[in-house]
Amino acid sequence: MTMFSSRNWREYPHRYRLEASKFKKSGKTYFPKRMVDPETGDTEQETVNLPDTGKIVTYTVIRIAPGQWGDQSPYGLAIAELTDGTRLMAQVTDCDVEKIKIGMEVRIEFRRVQSEGHHGVLSYGYKFVPKWY
Amino acid sequence: MREVCIIGVGMSKWGEIWKQSLRDMHTDAALKAIKASGVDHLDSMYVGCMSCGLFVGQEHLASLLTDYMGMCGLPATRVESACASGGMAVRQAFIEVASGISDIVMASGVEKMTDCSGDEATYALATAADQEYEVFHGATFPGLYAIMACAHMAKYGTTRAMLSAVSSKNHTNGAMNPVAQYPFKVTPAQVEKSVMIADPLRILDCSPITDGAAAVVVTTVDIAKKLGKPYVKIIGSGIGTDTIALAQRDDITTIKAATIASKMALKMAGKKITDIQFSEVHDCFTIAEIVVAESIGLYEPGKAGPAFLAGESALDGKFPINSSGGLKSKGHPVGATGVAQMVEVYKQLTGQAENGRQIPNSPKIGMAQNMGGSGGSSVVHIMEVA
Repeated sequence: MTMFSSRNWREYPHRYRLEASKFKKSGKTYFPKRMVDPETGDTEQETVNLPDTGKIVTYTVIRIAPGQWGDQSPYGLAIAELTDGTRLMAQVTDCDVEKIKIGMEVRIEFRRVQSEGHHGVLSYGYKFVPKWY
Repeated sequence: MREVCIIGVGMSKWGEIWKQSLRDMHTDAALKAIKASGVDHLDSMYVGCMSCGLFVGQEHLASLLTDYMGMCGLPATRVESACASGGMAVRQAFIEVASGISDIVMASGVEKMTDCSGDEATYALATAADQEYEVFHGATFPGLYAIMACAHMAKYGTTRAMLSAVSSKNHTNGAMNPVAQYPFKVTPAQVEKSVMIADPLRILDCSPITDGAAAVVVTTVDIAKKLGKPYVKIIGSGIGTDTIALAQRDDITTIKAATIASKMALKMAGKKITDIQFSEVHDCFTIAEIVVAESIGLYEPGKAGPAFLAGESALDGKFPINSSGGLKSKGHPVGATGVAQMVEVYKQLTGQAENGRQIPNSPKIGMAQNMGGSGGSSVVHIMEVA
Protein backbone atom coordinates (compact mmCIF):
# COMPACT_ATOMS: atom_id res chain seq x y z
CA MET A 1 0.00 0.00 0.00
CA THR A 2 1.49 3.33 -1.06
CA MET A 3 1.21 6.06 1.51
CA PHE A 4 1.39 9.71 0.67
CA SER A 5 4.48 11.73 1.35
CA SER A 6 2.51 14.14 3.55
CA ARG A 7 2.28 11.37 6.14
CA ASN A 8 6.05 11.07 6.17
CA TRP A 9 6.52 14.87 6.13
CA ARG A 10 4.28 15.33 9.19
CA GLU A 11 6.72 13.26 11.24
CA TYR A 12 9.80 15.31 10.28
CA PRO A 13 9.88 17.24 13.59
CA HIS A 14 10.21 13.92 15.45
CA ARG A 15 12.31 11.96 13.00
CA TYR A 16 14.68 14.73 11.94
CA ARG A 17 14.93 16.88 15.05
CA LEU A 18 13.80 14.58 17.90
CA GLU A 19 11.19 17.12 19.01
CA ALA A 20 9.26 16.15 22.13
CA SER A 21 6.59 17.64 24.43
CA LYS A 22 7.65 18.85 27.86
CA PHE A 23 4.61 19.53 30.02
CA LYS A 24 4.55 22.46 32.44
CA LYS A 25 2.85 20.85 35.47
CA SER A 26 4.63 17.49 35.59
CA GLY A 27 7.88 18.54 33.93
CA LYS A 28 7.74 15.22 32.03
CA THR A 29 8.87 14.78 28.46
CA TYR A 30 7.00 12.63 25.92
CA PHE A 31 8.20 11.47 22.53
CA PRO A 32 6.62 11.82 20.01
CA LYS A 33 4.83 15.06 20.78
CA ARG A 34 1.28 14.78 22.09
CA MET A 35 -1.43 17.28 23.02
CA VAL A 36 -2.27 16.02 26.52
CA ASP A 37 -0.01 14.92 29.41
CA PRO A 38 -1.12 11.32 30.09
CA GLU A 39 -0.48 11.72 33.82
CA THR A 40 -1.97 15.11 34.63
CA GLY A 41 -4.21 16.00 31.67
CA ASP A 42 -2.18 19.19 31.32
CA THR A 43 -2.11 20.77 27.85
CA GLU A 44 0.45 23.51 28.56
CA GLN A 45 3.75 22.45 27.10
CA GLU A 46 6.93 23.51 25.39
CA THR A 47 8.76 21.76 22.56
CA VAL A 48 12.16 20.37 23.52
CA ASN A 49 14.76 18.37 21.62
CA LEU A 50 15.68 14.98 23.06
CA PRO A 51 19.27 14.28 24.08
CA ASP A 52 21.10 12.08 21.56
CA THR A 53 22.67 9.55 23.89
CA GLY A 54 21.31 6.77 26.07
CA LYS A 55 21.45 3.08 26.98
CA ILE A 56 19.73 0.00 25.56
CA VAL A 57 17.13 -1.30 28.03
CA THR A 58 15.92 -4.26 25.95
CA TYR A 59 16.38 -5.50 22.39
CA THR A 60 15.94 -8.26 19.84
CA VAL A 61 17.67 -9.29 16.64
CA ILE A 62 15.13 -9.68 13.86
CA ARG A 63 16.23 -12.61 11.68
CA ILE A 64 13.09 -13.09 9.57
CA ALA A 65 11.43 -9.92 8.31
CA PRO A 66 8.80 -9.12 5.69
CA GLY A 67 9.10 -7.10 2.48
CA GLN A 68 11.92 -4.60 2.23
CA TRP A 69 13.09 -5.40 5.77
CA GLY A 70 14.13 -8.81 4.47
CA ASP A 71 17.08 -7.19 2.71
CA GLN A 72 18.25 -5.64 5.98
CA SER A 73 17.93 -8.70 8.24
CA PRO A 74 19.40 -9.64 10.56
CA TYR A 75 19.03 -6.28 12.25
CA GLY A 76 18.94 -5.14 15.86
CA LEU A 77 15.80 -3.47 17.21
CA ALA A 78 15.96 -1.92 20.66
CA ILE A 79 14.31 0.32 23.20
CA ALA A 80 16.84 2.82 24.58
CA GLU A 81 16.46 5.09 27.57
CA LEU A 82 17.99 8.50 26.82
CA THR A 83 19.84 10.58 29.38
CA ASP A 84 16.65 12.53 30.20
CA GLY A 85 14.71 9.30 30.91
CA THR A 86 12.71 9.28 27.67
CA ARG A 87 12.44 5.92 25.90
CA LEU A 88 12.14 5.22 22.20
CA MET A 89 12.43 2.31 19.78
CA ALA A 90 14.79 2.19 16.82
CA GLN A 91 17.14 -0.08 14.92
CA VAL A 92 20.64 -0.67 16.23
CA THR A 93 23.06 -0.21 13.36
CA ASP A 94 26.76 -0.08 12.47
CA CYS A 95 27.58 -3.04 14.70
CA ASP A 96 27.69 -6.82 14.80
CA VAL A 97 24.16 -7.83 15.88
CA GLU A 98 25.61 -10.58 18.07
CA LYS A 99 27.29 -7.94 20.23
CA ILE A 100 24.16 -5.96 21.12
CA LYS A 101 23.39 -6.18 24.82
CA ILE A 102 21.34 -4.56 27.58
CA GLY A 103 23.12 -1.57 29.09
CA MET A 104 25.08 -0.83 25.91
CA GLU A 105 25.62 2.91 25.43
CA VAL A 106 24.25 4.28 22.17
CA ARG A 107 23.99 7.60 20.40
CA ILE A 108 21.25 8.59 18.00
CA GLU A 109 22.23 9.17 14.40
CA PHE A 110 20.26 10.40 11.40
CA ARG A 111 19.89 7.59 8.87
CA ARG A 112 17.76 6.34 6.01
CA VAL A 113 15.19 4.05 7.63
CA GLN A 114 13.09 2.92 4.66
CA SER A 115 13.44 3.18 0.93
CA GLU A 116 10.17 3.30 -0.97
CA GLY A 117 8.16 0.71 0.95
CA HIS A 118 4.81 1.65 2.28
CA HIS A 119 5.59 5.35 2.17
CA GLY A 120 6.51 5.43 -1.51
CA VAL A 121 9.33 7.86 -0.72
CA LEU A 122 12.70 7.70 0.92
CA SER A 123 12.08 7.91 4.66
CA TYR A 124 14.80 9.16 6.97
CA GLY A 125 14.89 9.09 10.73
CA TYR A 126 16.94 8.00 13.71
CA LYS A 127 18.85 4.83 14.51
CA PHE A 128 20.95 3.80 17.50
CA VAL A 129 24.70 3.40 17.01
CA PRO A 130 26.78 1.84 19.80
CA LYS A 131 28.76 4.68 21.33
CA TRP A 132 32.24 3.18 21.54
CA TYR A 133 31.93 0.53 18.90
CA MET B 1 -28.28 -6.36 35.33
CA ARG B 2 -29.71 -9.67 34.11
CA GLU B 3 -27.92 -13.01 34.52
CA VAL B 4 -26.23 -13.86 31.22
CA CYS B 5 -25.09 -17.19 29.83
CA ILE B 6 -23.66 -18.96 26.80
CA ILE B 7 -25.89 -21.72 25.47
CA GLY B 8 -24.47 -22.86 22.15
CA VAL B 9 -21.06 -22.81 20.54
CA GLY B 10 -19.67 -23.53 17.09
CA MET B 11 -16.37 -23.49 15.26
CA SER B 12 -15.21 -24.03 11.71
CA LYS B 13 -12.14 -26.22 11.11
CA TRP B 14 -9.06 -24.05 11.63
CA GLY B 15 -5.98 -24.02 9.43
CA GLU B 16 -5.07 -23.08 5.90
CA ILE B 17 -8.56 -23.62 4.54
CA TRP B 18 -8.47 -23.16 0.78
CA LYS B 19 -12.02 -24.42 0.21
CA GLN B 20 -13.78 -21.94 2.51
CA SER B 21 -14.11 -18.19 1.98
CA LEU B 22 -14.38 -15.71 4.84
CA ARG B 23 -18.19 -15.68 4.55
CA ASP B 24 -18.42 -19.49 4.30
CA MET B 25 -16.34 -20.22 7.39
CA HIS B 26 -18.28 -17.66 9.42
CA THR B 27 -21.61 -19.14 8.30
CA ASP B 28 -20.32 -22.62 9.17
CA ALA B 29 -19.45 -21.63 12.77
CA ALA B 30 -22.56 -19.47 13.28
CA LEU B 31 -25.03 -22.12 12.12
CA LYS B 32 -23.36 -24.76 14.33
CA ALA B 33 -23.73 -22.45 17.36
CA ILE B 34 -27.37 -21.67 16.59
CA LYS B 35 -28.19 -25.37 16.13
CA ALA B 36 -26.44 -26.33 19.37
CA SER B 37 -28.26 -23.61 21.32
CA GLY B 38 -31.76 -24.52 20.17
CA VAL B 39 -32.78 -20.87 19.65
CA ASP B 40 -35.23 -20.13 16.83
CA HIS B 41 -33.99 -16.59 16.14
CA LEU B 42 -31.35 -14.00 17.05
CA ASP B 43 -32.01 -10.42 18.15
CA SER B 44 -28.59 -9.12 17.03
CA MET B 45 -25.01 -10.07 16.29
CA TYR B 46 -21.51 -8.75 17.03
CA VAL B 47 -18.68 -10.06 14.87
CA GLY B 48 -15.05 -9.67 15.93
CA CYS B 49 -12.62 -9.25 13.07
CA MET B 50 -9.27 -7.51 13.13
CA SER B 51 -8.51 -6.71 9.53
CA CYS B 52 -10.74 -8.22 6.82
CA GLY B 53 -10.00 -5.05 4.84
CA LEU B 54 -6.30 -5.84 4.61
CA PHE B 55 -6.51 -9.65 4.55
CA VAL B 56 -9.22 -10.01 1.89
CA GLY B 57 -10.10 -6.44 0.89
CA GLN B 58 -13.57 -6.72 2.41
CA GLU B 59 -15.06 -4.27 4.92
CA HIS B 60 -18.72 -3.80 5.92
CA LEU B 61 -18.51 -7.28 7.33
CA ALA B 62 -21.52 -7.61 9.65
CA SER B 63 -24.08 -6.93 6.89
CA LEU B 64 -22.38 -9.39 4.53
CA LEU B 65 -22.20 -12.14 7.13
CA THR B 66 -25.77 -11.84 8.44
CA ASP B 67 -27.00 -11.98 4.82
CA TYR B 68 -25.08 -15.21 4.14
CA MET B 69 -26.39 -16.71 7.41
CA GLY B 70 -29.89 -16.25 5.97
CA MET B 71 -30.64 -13.44 8.39
CA CYS B 72 -30.56 -10.35 6.17
CA GLY B 73 -31.85 -7.39 8.16
CA LEU B 74 -30.53 -8.59 11.55
CA PRO B 75 -29.03 -5.76 13.65
CA ALA B 76 -25.30 -6.44 13.45
CA THR B 77 -21.97 -4.68 13.69
CA ARG B 78 -18.28 -5.50 13.58
CA VAL B 79 -16.06 -5.00 16.64
CA GLU B 80 -12.32 -4.34 16.32
CA SER B 81 -9.56 -4.35 18.91
CA ALA B 82 -6.76 -6.07 16.98
CA CYS B 83 -6.25 -9.66 18.21
CA ALA B 84 -8.75 -9.00 21.05
CA SER B 85 -11.60 -8.32 18.58
CA GLY B 86 -13.31 -11.64 19.34
CA GLY B 87 -13.34 -11.18 23.11
CA MET B 88 -14.62 -7.65 22.65
CA ALA B 89 -17.50 -8.97 20.48
CA VAL B 90 -18.42 -11.34 23.33
CA ARG B 91 -18.34 -8.44 25.77
CA GLN B 92 -20.66 -6.35 23.57
CA ALA B 93 -23.11 -9.28 23.36
CA PHE B 94 -22.86 -9.74 27.14
CA ILE B 95 -23.62 -6.04 27.76
CA GLU B 96 -26.56 -6.06 25.32
CA VAL B 97 -28.18 -9.08 26.98
CA ALA B 98 -27.35 -8.01 30.55
CA SER B 99 -28.89 -4.58 29.95
CA GLY B 100 -32.15 -5.98 28.63
CA ILE B 101 -31.83 -4.39 25.19
CA SER B 102 -31.80 -7.84 23.54
CA ASP B 103 -32.55 -11.39 24.70
CA ILE B 104 -30.56 -13.54 22.27
CA VAL B 105 -27.32 -12.22 20.74
CA MET B 106 -24.65 -13.96 18.72
CA ALA B 107 -21.00 -13.13 19.36
CA SER B 108 -18.76 -14.41 16.60
CA GLY B 109 -15.28 -13.94 15.28
CA VAL B 110 -13.62 -14.62 11.95
CA GLU B 111 -10.34 -14.04 10.13
CA LYS B 112 -9.31 -15.23 6.68
CA MET B 113 -5.54 -14.81 6.67
CA THR B 114 -4.22 -17.04 3.89
CA ASP B 115 -5.87 -15.37 0.89
CA CYS B 116 -2.86 -13.03 0.77
CA SER B 117 0.91 -13.46 0.78
CA GLY B 118 2.92 -13.95 3.96
CA ASP B 119 4.33 -10.44 3.60
CA GLU B 120 0.85 -8.95 3.27
CA ALA B 121 -0.39 -10.90 6.28
CA THR B 122 2.61 -9.74 8.33
CA TYR B 123 1.88 -6.16 7.28
CA ALA B 124 -1.79 -6.49 8.25
CA LEU B 125 -0.89 -7.90 11.68
CA ALA B 126 1.66 -5.15 12.26
CA THR B 127 -1.12 -2.54 12.05
CA ALA B 128 -1.86 -3.53 15.66
CA ALA B 129 1.46 -1.90 16.63
CA ASP B 130 2.38 1.80 16.44
CA GLN B 131 2.85 2.40 12.71
CA GLU B 132 4.97 5.54 13.03
CA TYR B 133 7.16 4.65 16.00
CA GLU B 134 7.49 0.85 15.87
CA VAL B 135 6.58 -0.58 12.47
CA PHE B 136 8.35 2.32 10.69
CA HIS B 137 11.59 1.14 12.29
CA GLY B 138 11.19 -2.46 11.16
CA ALA B 139 9.33 -3.90 14.17
CA THR B 140 7.41 -7.14 13.55
CA PHE B 141 5.08 -8.85 16.03
CA PRO B 142 7.55 -11.59 16.90
CA GLY B 143 10.06 -8.73 17.31
CA LEU B 144 7.89 -6.85 19.81
CA TYR B 145 7.27 -9.94 21.95
CA ALA B 146 10.96 -10.82 21.66
CA ILE B 147 11.78 -7.41 23.12
CA MET B 148 9.42 -8.17 26.02
CA ALA B 149 11.01 -11.62 26.42
CA CYS B 150 14.50 -10.12 26.52
CA ALA B 151 13.44 -7.72 29.28
CA HIS B 152 11.62 -10.48 31.23
CA MET B 153 14.63 -12.81 31.02
CA ALA B 154 16.98 -10.06 32.22
CA LYS B 155 14.74 -9.02 35.12
CA TYR B 156 13.50 -12.41 36.36
CA GLY B 157 15.87 -14.99 34.92
CA THR B 158 13.21 -16.53 32.69
CA THR B 159 14.85 -19.22 30.56
CA ARG B 160 14.70 -20.81 27.14
CA ALA B 161 13.44 -24.03 28.76
CA MET B 162 10.45 -22.20 30.27
CA LEU B 163 9.43 -20.84 26.87
CA SER B 164 9.82 -24.30 25.32
CA ALA B 165 7.64 -25.82 28.06
CA VAL B 166 4.77 -23.51 27.09
CA SER B 167 4.93 -24.47 23.41
CA SER B 168 5.27 -28.18 24.12
CA LYS B 169 2.39 -28.23 26.64
CA ASN B 170 0.06 -26.36 24.27
CA HIS B 171 0.84 -28.75 21.41
CA THR B 172 0.15 -31.72 23.71
CA ASN B 173 -3.33 -30.28 24.40
CA GLY B 174 -3.94 -29.16 20.82
CA ALA B 175 -3.18 -32.67 19.54
CA MET B 176 -6.53 -33.63 21.12
CA ASN B 177 -8.51 -30.74 19.62
CA PRO B 178 -10.36 -31.75 16.41
CA VAL B 179 -10.43 -28.19 15.01
CA ALA B 180 -6.76 -27.36 15.72
CA GLN B 181 -4.50 -26.22 12.88
CA TYR B 182 -1.44 -28.10 14.18
CA PRO B 183 -2.80 -31.05 16.16
CA PHE B 184 0.50 -32.76 16.89
CA LYS B 185 2.97 -32.99 19.75
CA VAL B 186 6.14 -30.92 19.83
CA THR B 187 9.05 -31.62 22.17
CA PRO B 188 11.06 -28.88 23.91
CA ALA B 189 14.08 -30.10 21.90
CA GLN B 190 12.17 -29.48 18.65
CA VAL B 191 11.27 -25.96 19.79
CA GLU B 192 14.92 -25.27 20.57
CA LYS B 193 16.08 -26.50 17.17
CA SER B 194 13.47 -24.55 15.19
CA VAL B 195 14.46 -21.50 13.14
CA MET B 196 15.13 -18.23 14.97
CA ILE B 197 12.66 -15.47 14.07
CA ALA B 198 13.55 -12.69 16.54
CA ASP B 199 15.93 -13.52 19.40
CA PRO B 200 15.04 -15.30 21.65
CA LEU B 201 11.82 -16.37 19.90
CA ARG B 202 11.92 -19.25 17.44
CA ILE B 203 9.22 -20.31 14.97
CA LEU B 204 7.83 -22.86 17.48
CA ASP B 205 7.42 -20.03 20.02
CA CYS B 206 5.05 -18.25 17.60
CA SER B 207 1.36 -18.77 16.91
CA PRO B 208 0.64 -19.36 13.22
CA ILE B 209 -1.33 -17.56 10.51
CA THR B 210 -4.75 -19.21 10.41
CA ASP B 211 -8.13 -19.17 8.70
CA GLY B 212 -11.03 -19.78 11.06
CA ALA B 213 -14.28 -18.73 12.68
CA ALA B 214 -15.99 -19.28 16.04
CA ALA B 215 -19.41 -18.34 17.39
CA VAL B 216 -21.33 -18.41 20.68
CA VAL B 217 -25.00 -17.70 21.44
CA VAL B 218 -25.44 -15.38 24.42
CA THR B 219 -28.77 -15.19 26.23
CA THR B 220 -30.37 -14.86 29.67
CA VAL B 221 -30.37 -17.67 32.21
CA ASP B 222 -34.21 -17.62 32.16
CA ILE B 223 -34.32 -18.28 28.41
CA ALA B 224 -31.54 -20.88 28.66
CA LYS B 225 -33.55 -22.87 31.22
CA LYS B 226 -36.51 -23.02 28.79
CA LEU B 227 -34.28 -24.12 25.90
CA GLY B 228 -33.06 -27.09 27.92
CA LYS B 229 -29.52 -27.21 26.46
CA PRO B 230 -26.27 -27.13 28.45
CA TYR B 231 -25.32 -23.56 29.37
CA VAL B 232 -22.68 -21.75 31.45
CA LYS B 233 -23.06 -18.38 33.15
CA ILE B 234 -20.85 -15.41 32.29
CA ILE B 235 -20.32 -13.98 35.77
CA GLY B 236 -17.60 -11.42 35.01
CA SER B 237 -16.47 -9.30 32.08
CA GLY B 238 -13.56 -6.86 32.11
CA ILE B 239 -11.61 -4.78 29.65
CA GLY B 240 -8.43 -2.73 29.83
CA THR B 241 -6.20 -0.70 27.55
CA ASP B 242 -2.58 0.47 27.55
CA THR B 243 -0.25 2.37 25.23
CA ILE B 244 0.20 0.41 22.01
CA ALA B 245 3.86 1.46 21.74
CA LEU B 246 6.07 -0.64 24.04
CA ALA B 247 8.63 2.15 24.58
CA GLN B 248 5.99 4.29 26.29
CA ARG B 249 5.22 1.78 29.03
CA ASP B 250 6.79 2.11 32.47
CA ASP B 251 7.35 -1.65 32.68
CA ILE B 252 7.32 -3.94 29.65
CA THR B 253 7.71 -7.13 31.71
CA THR B 254 4.01 -6.95 32.60
CA ILE B 255 0.82 -6.32 30.61
CA LYS B 256 -1.19 -3.64 32.36
CA ALA B 257 -4.25 -4.00 30.12
CA ALA B 258 -4.58 -7.66 31.22
CA THR B 259 -4.22 -6.66 34.90
CA ILE B 260 -6.99 -4.05 34.55
CA ALA B 261 -9.29 -6.42 32.63
CA SER B 262 -8.76 -9.29 35.06
CA LYS B 263 -9.42 -7.13 38.15
CA MET B 264 -12.59 -5.74 36.58
CA ALA B 265 -13.91 -9.19 35.66
CA LEU B 266 -13.08 -10.66 39.09
CA LYS B 267 -14.77 -7.73 40.85
CA MET B 268 -17.94 -8.16 38.81
CA ALA B 269 -17.92 -11.90 39.50
CA GLY B 270 -17.26 -11.38 43.21
CA LYS B 271 -14.36 -13.83 42.99
CA LYS B 272 -10.65 -13.92 43.76
CA ILE B 273 -8.09 -15.14 41.23
CA THR B 274 -7.59 -18.20 43.48
CA ASP B 275 -11.26 -19.14 42.88
CA ILE B 276 -10.56 -19.62 39.17
CA GLN B 277 -9.71 -23.25 38.31
CA PHE B 278 -8.41 -23.05 34.73
CA SER B 279 -7.94 -20.53 31.96
CA GLU B 280 -7.50 -19.93 28.28
CA VAL B 281 -4.86 -17.21 27.90
CA HIS B 282 -3.62 -15.35 24.84
CA ASP B 283 -0.38 -17.23 23.99
CA CYS B 284 0.33 -15.49 20.67
CA PHE B 285 3.98 -16.14 21.63
CA THR B 286 5.25 -18.43 24.40
CA ILE B 287 6.50 -15.45 26.44
CA ALA B 288 2.96 -14.00 26.37
CA GLU B 289 1.56 -16.98 28.32
CA ILE B 290 4.15 -16.39 31.04
CA VAL B 291 3.70 -12.61 31.20
CA VAL B 292 -0.11 -12.82 31.16
CA ALA B 293 -0.24 -15.47 33.91
CA GLU B 294 1.69 -12.99 36.08
CA SER B 295 -0.26 -9.93 34.94
CA ILE B 296 -3.67 -11.42 35.82
CA GLY B 297 -2.37 -12.32 39.28
CA LEU B 298 -2.08 -16.10 38.95
CA TYR B 299 1.62 -15.92 39.78
CA GLU B 300 3.96 -13.34 41.31
CA PRO B 301 6.17 -11.61 38.72
CA GLY B 302 8.90 -14.00 37.60
CA LYS B 303 7.21 -17.09 39.13
CA ALA B 304 5.09 -18.29 36.20
CA GLY B 305 7.97 -19.61 34.08
CA PRO B 306 9.38 -21.94 36.78
CA ALA B 307 5.83 -23.14 37.61
CA PHE B 308 5.15 -23.97 33.96
CA LEU B 309 8.45 -25.81 33.69
CA ALA B 310 7.33 -27.89 36.67
CA GLY B 311 4.09 -28.82 34.86
CA GLU B 312 1.59 -26.72 36.85
CA SER B 313 -0.21 -25.54 33.70
CA ALA B 314 -0.64 -29.03 32.19
CA LEU B 315 -4.09 -30.57 31.76
CA ASP B 316 -3.66 -32.50 35.02
CA GLY B 317 -1.65 -29.76 36.73
CA LYS B 318 -2.56 -27.38 39.55
CA PHE B 319 -3.93 -24.75 37.18
CA PRO B 320 -4.49 -25.96 33.59
CA ILE B 321 -3.85 -23.29 30.94
CA ASN B 322 -4.90 -23.50 27.30
CA SER B 323 -6.51 -26.93 27.33
CA SER B 324 -7.60 -26.13 23.75
CA GLY B 325 -3.99 -26.07 22.57
CA GLY B 326 -3.94 -22.30 22.78
CA LEU B 327 -3.11 -20.01 19.91
CA LYS B 328 0.12 -21.95 19.41
CA SER B 329 -1.40 -25.29 18.39
CA LYS B 330 -5.07 -24.52 17.73
CA GLY B 331 -4.14 -21.57 15.49
CA HIS B 332 -4.72 -17.82 15.67
CA PRO B 333 -7.24 -16.40 13.20
CA VAL B 334 -6.92 -13.12 15.09
CA GLY B 335 -10.56 -11.95 15.17
CA ALA B 336 -11.87 -15.44 16.01
CA THR B 337 -9.42 -16.26 18.81
CA GLY B 338 -11.27 -14.52 21.66
CA VAL B 339 -14.54 -16.25 20.77
CA ALA B 340 -12.83 -19.64 20.47
CA GLN B 341 -11.46 -19.19 24.01
CA MET B 342 -15.08 -18.88 25.23
CA VAL B 343 -15.95 -22.02 23.24
CA GLU B 344 -13.20 -23.96 25.06
CA VAL B 345 -14.19 -22.74 28.53
CA TYR B 346 -17.83 -23.61 27.72
CA LYS B 347 -16.82 -27.12 26.63
CA GLN B 348 -14.70 -27.70 29.72
CA LEU B 349 -17.44 -26.51 32.09
CA THR B 350 -20.11 -28.61 30.39
CA GLY B 351 -17.88 -31.71 30.13
CA GLN B 352 -17.86 -31.67 26.33
CA ALA B 353 -14.11 -31.32 25.61
CA GLU B 354 -13.21 -33.91 22.97
CA ASN B 355 -10.59 -36.66 22.67
CA GLY B 356 -9.39 -36.83 26.26
CA ARG B 357 -8.57 -33.17 26.81
CA GLN B 358 -11.29 -32.76 29.45
CA ILE B 359 -9.77 -31.22 32.59
CA PRO B 360 -10.04 -33.75 35.48
CA ASN B 361 -12.46 -33.38 38.41
CA SER B 362 -15.13 -31.32 36.60
CA PRO B 363 -13.97 -27.72 37.11
CA LYS B 364 -16.66 -25.20 38.05
CA ILE B 365 -15.11 -21.80 37.18
CA GLY B 366 -12.94 -20.85 34.21
CA MET B 367 -11.45 -17.73 32.69
CA ALA B 368 -10.70 -16.52 29.16
CA GLN B 369 -8.10 -13.80 28.59
CA ASN B 370 -7.83 -12.29 25.11
CA MET B 371 -5.32 -9.59 24.12
CA GLY B 372 -4.73 -7.10 21.33
CA GLY B 373 -1.36 -6.29 19.77
CA SER B 374 1.55 -6.30 22.20
CA GLY B 375 -0.91 -5.78 25.08
CA GLY B 376 -2.50 -2.47 24.08
CA SER B 377 -5.88 -4.01 24.90
CA SER B 378 -7.18 -7.01 26.80
CA VAL B 379 -10.56 -8.51 27.62
CA VAL B 380 -11.26 -11.10 30.30
CA HIS B 381 -14.39 -13.20 30.93
CA ILE B 382 -15.17 -15.48 33.85
CA MET B 383 -17.61 -18.34 33.42
CA GLU B 384 -19.26 -20.62 35.95
CA VAL B 385 -21.28 -23.80 35.64
CA ALA B 386 -25.02 -23.22 35.89
